[in-house]
Amino acid sequence: MNTITDLEKKINSELTTKIKSSYIRHNQLYLNIDSEDLKEVLVFLKNSASTKFRQLIDITAVDYPENNQRFKLIYLLLSHEFNSRIILSYSINENELIPSITDIFPSSNWMEREVFDMYGIKFKDHPDLRRILTDYNFEGFPLRKDFPLTGHKEVRYSEDAKKVIYEPVKLEQNYRNFDYDSPWEGTKYLKEINKKND
Amino acid sequence: MTKEKKTLNLNFGPQHPAAHGVLRLILELDGEVVEKADPHIGLLHRGTEKLIEHKTYAQAVPYFDRLDYVAPMNQEHAFALAIEKILNLEVPIRGQFIRVIFCEIGRILSHILNVTTQAMDVGALTPTLWGFEEREKLMGFYERVSGSRLHANYFRPGGVHQDLPRGLYEDITKFCQEFPKIIDDLETLLTDNRIFKQRNVDIGIVTKQDALDYSFSGVMLRGSGIAWDLRKSQPYDCYEQIDFKIPIGKNGDCYDRYLCRIEEMRESVNIINQCLVKLPKGPVKTQDAKVTPPPKKELKNSMEALIHHFKLFTEGYRVNKDEIYKAVEAPKGEFGVYLISDGSNKPYKCKIRAPGFSHLQAMDYLIKGHMLADVPAVLGSMDIVFGEVDR
Repeated sequence: MNTITDLEKKINSELTTKIKSSYIRHNQLYLNIDSEDLKEVLVFLKNSASTKFRQLIDITAVDYPENNQRFKLIYLLLSHEFNSRIILSYSINENELIPSITDIFPSSNWMEREVFDMYGIKFKDHPDLRRILTDYNFEGFPLRKDFPLTGHKEVRYSEDAKKVIYEPVKLEQNYRNFDYDSPWEGTKYLKEINKKND
Repeated sequence: MTKEKKTLNLNFGPQHPAAHGVLRLILELDGEVVEKADPHIGLLHRGTEKLIEHKTYAQAVPYFDRLDYVAPMNQEHAFALAIEKILNLEVPIRGQFIRVIFCEIGRILSHILNVTTQAMDVGALTPTLWGFEEREKLMGFYERVSGSRLHANYFRPGGVHQDLPRGLYEDITKFCQEFPKIIDDLETLLTDNRIFKQRNVDIGIVTKQDALDYSFSGVMLRGSGIAWDLRKSQPYDCYEQIDFKIPIGKNGDCYDRYLCRIEEMRESVNIINQCLVKLPKGPVKTQDAKVTPPPKKELKNSMEALIHHFKLFTEGYRVNKDEIYKAVEAPKGEFGVYLISDGSNKPYKCKIRAPGFSHLQAMDYLIKGHMLADVPAVLGSMDIVFGEVDR
């Protein structure tokens, strides 16, 4: 097995039904699967002599609020032996429980904690699913698209209370979200009129 | 009478000088032996990924300086490479060489800091003083080329911001002649030093299998004897044209990792020397006017330049819909950017893969059964910087 195309063929022939779609871009292999098949696919990719994806580089999620299946989970894998990378992904609903892979890759522990912390996605059988990057007692999931950039709470040292206190965010000026969509084509209402005419 | 086992919980940090930043480590001690370590991170979390989603591509670059703030340009490199790949931009060859020179300067900056502060953690003060003098010179180079000692914002998608100023070429050449001597000096202080060896040899051993399982990269992986370096295996920019060696360790302990770093510094000097010899003339950034802003002097004379300037600094450029993972060999290990663009002028999602995150995760595994005094030694040899761990 020399090239990434061979790798794609090999994986598709071994895991026929499990792979929903696969394609190659930028010299990387993108695989799409179902969340139930996650563990089987990973065990195969890790242990099979012809793939040997023995290192899990990262786990992350993407939020698509307008989609039916809101979150897409992404697993980045690296094979030292064959010098290739796989980007594995699957979509889930908002409250779906997904299997933890800590028993296959010990390093996924903190990565899953981070996904939980940032997106509120829960992992089944995770040994220690706590928040990791945000503050103690933090509320909300910061990387969801509906979480405001400015957050909800701010902290300051209170001279009266002699301690650090939490307050709702008060901004002198609201965060300015400019409409960058090309001004050359006219403002939003003009665009809407044009769309209607089309 | 039966002896009752009693463990003591100790809070290491977040304000401990040997924690290399804001690490809160909760240690469970049996006497002086560590039974369990639970790192609490996130005290420096600034929401970089969220902020990047709200900034144009050009505005996102400076956030990368603030991740691993001891080697800022290496991070910018990963982001720039990802965008170049999506936009299919060709970086002029001079730009590539300048980038590699500054990547290696970043590597030396980071390794000096790590080697000398690790020495300080185990009791040696002099290396820090000697090493920081050299770092000062290197940060001087950063300043002369970008205007800033730390937060450079120098690598841009499509090349680098500007060409080397007059005299910098000569000064970097001079530095490369003098610096190997400094490495020798550091080695005379540390390599055969009895105390340094007692504190580092056979401490924090990582086996090959565990290094893979815990997603280690960079020196943490090479120290355990796995020959893997992205500069060689998945070369980016002009690394292919350069001849260099990858030092690897044998035992996977703190001492081997220290030796790897020392050797890597020598190799970096070697790489910079080769780049300086090969450095061709020409532009330093892509000439695609839709990505690169026009030179200032053209703004007064050319209507087109004025329009491009205005458009690039308000709207920015758009990046077509794509998904990409791009990694570079940063001083600490594999630093990657997973970028999802949606055709607008802002990234839809930008996940930053920091090597320190996986390394710190293995703290419990590395320190179990060691003495309390080994905690700083292991932590030091992992080369943790909280800017990138917490993001």
